[in-house]
Amino acid sequence: MKYLPLIWATLWRKKTRTIFTLLSIVIAFLLFGMLETVDHAFSHPDTGVTGADKLITTNKYSITLSLPIADAQQIRSVPGVAEVTWISWFGGYYQESKNFVFALPVDTDSYFNLHKDEFIVSGEQMQAYRNIRTGALVNSALMKKFGWKIGDKIPLHSTIWTKKDDGSLDWTFDIVGTFGVKDPTQAQAQSSTLLFHYELFDEGRGFGKGEVGWFEARIDDPSQAAAISNRIDALFANSPNETKTQPANDFTMAFIKQLGDIGFVLRAILGAVFFALLFLTGNTMMQSVRERIPELAVLKTLGFGDSKVLMLVLAESLLLCMIAALIGLALSYAALPIIKMGLQGMQLSPAALIPGIGIAVLLALIVGAAPALRAMRLNIVDALADKR
Amino acid sequence: MLKQFIAVLGMSLRTLPQRMGASSVIVIGIAGVVAVLVSVLAMGAGFRHTLADTGRADRVIILRGGSDAELNSSLTRSDVDTIGNAPGLAKDSSGKALLSSELVTVVNVPKMDTGTDANVTLRGVGLKLTEVRPELKVVQGRMFRPAVRELVAGAGAAKQFRGLTVGSVLHLRNADWTVTGAFTSNGDVHESELLADVDTVGSAVERPGYSSAVGLLTGPEQFDRFKDALTTDPQLKVDVQREPQYYAAQSKNLSQAINVVGTTVAVIMAIGAMFGALNSMYSAVAARGQEIATLRAIGFGALPVLLSVMIEALLLSLLGGVIGAALAWLFFNGHSVSTLGGAFAQVVFQLTVTRALIVTGIIWACVIGLLGGLFPALRAARLPVAEALRAA
Repeated sequence: MKYLPLIWATLWRKKTRTIFTLLSIVIAFLLFGMLETVDHAFSHPDTGVTGADKLITTNKYSITLSLPIADAQQIRSVPGVAEVTWISWFGGYYQESKNFVFALPVDTDSYFNLHKDEFIVSGEQMQAYRNIRTGALVNSALMKKFGWKIGDKIPLHSTIWTKKDDGSLDWTFDIVGTFGVKDPTQAQAQSSTLLFHYELFDEGRGFGKGEVGWFEARIDDPSQAAAISNRIDALFANSPNETKTQPANDFTMAFIKQLGDIGFVLRAILGAVFFALLFLTGNTMMQSVRERIPELAVLKTLGFGDSKVLMLVLAESLLLCMIAALIGLALSYAALPIIKMGLQGMQLSPAALIPGIGIAVLLALIVGAAPALRAMRLNIVDALADKR
Repeated sequence: MLKQFIAVLGMSLRTLPQRMGASSVIVIGIAGVVAVLVSVLAMGAGFRHTLADTGRADRVIILRGGSDAELNSSLTRSDVDTIGNAPGLAKDSSGKALLSSELVTVVNVPKMDTGTDANVTLRGVGLKLTEVRPELKVVQGRMFRPAVRELVAGAGAAKQFRGLTVGSVLHLRNADWTVTGAFTSNGDVHESELLADVDTVGSAVERPGYSSAVGLLTGPEQFDRFKDALTTDPQLKVDVQREPQYYAAQSKNLSQAINVVGTTVAVIMAIGAMFGALNSMYSAVAARGQEIATLRAIGFGALPVLLSVMIEALLLSLLGGVIGAALAWLFFNGHSVSTLGGAFAQVVFQLTVTRALIVTGIIWACVIGLLGGLFPALRAARLPVAEALRAA
């Protein structure tokens, strides 16, 4: 520690060079922080469903194929299943197709029982929702986005479901209440959700009556998820509608995996960045030591041992890389809101700090090694005579 | 003046090998930027290419009004009959309209590399398929037969997903479907799909009717006539689009997203590389301080010195740009990947390093080099001659 002023002074020996090198490393770690965050968001997605105790049952062969609503009874009878509810994909938007609304027709009793204590709805509004057939409960964030108020009658366009009565795709709902979610990590995923009555949906649609998109089940013991999933699927084996049941998290992961190997792309980019950075920083450190050979010789003359000189150079490299890495990572956190805009519905977390510091140390050791060894092996007489 | 410039430039280039370390920083840094930029944009270009190559101006796709995508749409048999009678459609020798009624569903097929299920489009197609889509060619095996559970797999799908080789069997809803052939289709989006007889698919998924209809017009100019006939029919509620227009809309969001992300990452990397270039050129100027001062002392002007530094930076970055673009081309051109396209279904496409992208990459390299060389060049030109000489 007592050598810190010395290391600090040598670091700033050539200001311009140190600043430019520092800035390059800052940029590399800024990128590292941002891309790691994105990677984290994709590998730890928001499911929109809290907890490991939720299973999702879909048609085994295709997400576009539906399941009979009657399956719910059988799923509920499986030991370990606490509650079952059913949902369909509505494909809704408000006015323009870019205004996506995650509108879900839900069965009130089973849905809110299954998601017990996850939603924040006032008792009064919940009662109003139960009483009004065309009622909808809307996430507060969505209310704000479109400037809706309780009492508004809003039209939603479904890209899939025609109505039985007039054949149109436009459905109208009465906003009777708003809801929030208790788990803050789910807030983003739920931010465009609108819930309405499954009965209204099923009776109102022009086709597909009695069918559901998927089932959601809550189980008593998350450790039994795999066994219960198998038991559910066994119920429908060899039926026309075989099922595929998996934990909600796995379901979301499988969907994200379909986007492609995002992790590979990000790692390839970071690989290129750090490969270039190795050369850049390595070159700076090499130059810096080369210029200081007489000074290092003086230090050795004063009694600094070989290993101490080695440590001094390594410490300089470490200091440079750590300062830059910390600035870069801090900047990448500052950029979080920008990334958030691009990744709606994904959870972001500052996941890059520890690996980032690890990489900074590694980088410092690699680029510092050669110049440090050179400094260590300096022959005092030759070096003082400036014979390089 | 020109002579002076050439003399100074020659000198700086001849001494370049002595400054290998610093110079390689520029080359490698910029090669990295350009390689990443070109590879990511090649992804966007490949995706766009696949969807842009789908369809012809004289072919139309008809969806239920307000449906946006085939997967959401549904048409009844009588809708399709009405559409078949609209004016402007090409006819076969027996006078039947060249119209393929189609039913689009997605089926779970495991991905080749990860083994996780992916949504692959299974497209039921009408009997007029080969006349409506003449670009479609069975390259291996044979076409499916109607009324039996047979399908043909697109060349892209067969490469990206498991169990789609000719002769293999796909289990779907209590029934086995045989893959009887593989087809190509000009590299368009249909190569990501499985094709089978529409009525057989319809009975397998227990769905009456169709998703869409695809028709061939007698000419691209017939479009308005055809569209007007359908949209003014009070019995029908349909959207009529030219195929290229429909597929361009399907690809727009994703290819835009890829380009935005790719460019953002490349801009950030370019800033880093520019700092590296600045560093290297400053140290080059510092190392050659005496040499430059001597030149100035014997009467060389400031401008040739400035230009020579700039040109050196430019040449190094050009080299970096070429290396980067070449790496991207070498490793990724023609590399086949798949992702979720616009409508919940996998699209297989190839990364395409186009000539335009290589040019873009090299232009980026030159801009980084010029910016990185400018300030060091100014310093070189302004170097106080007497002091620099005395520093010896």
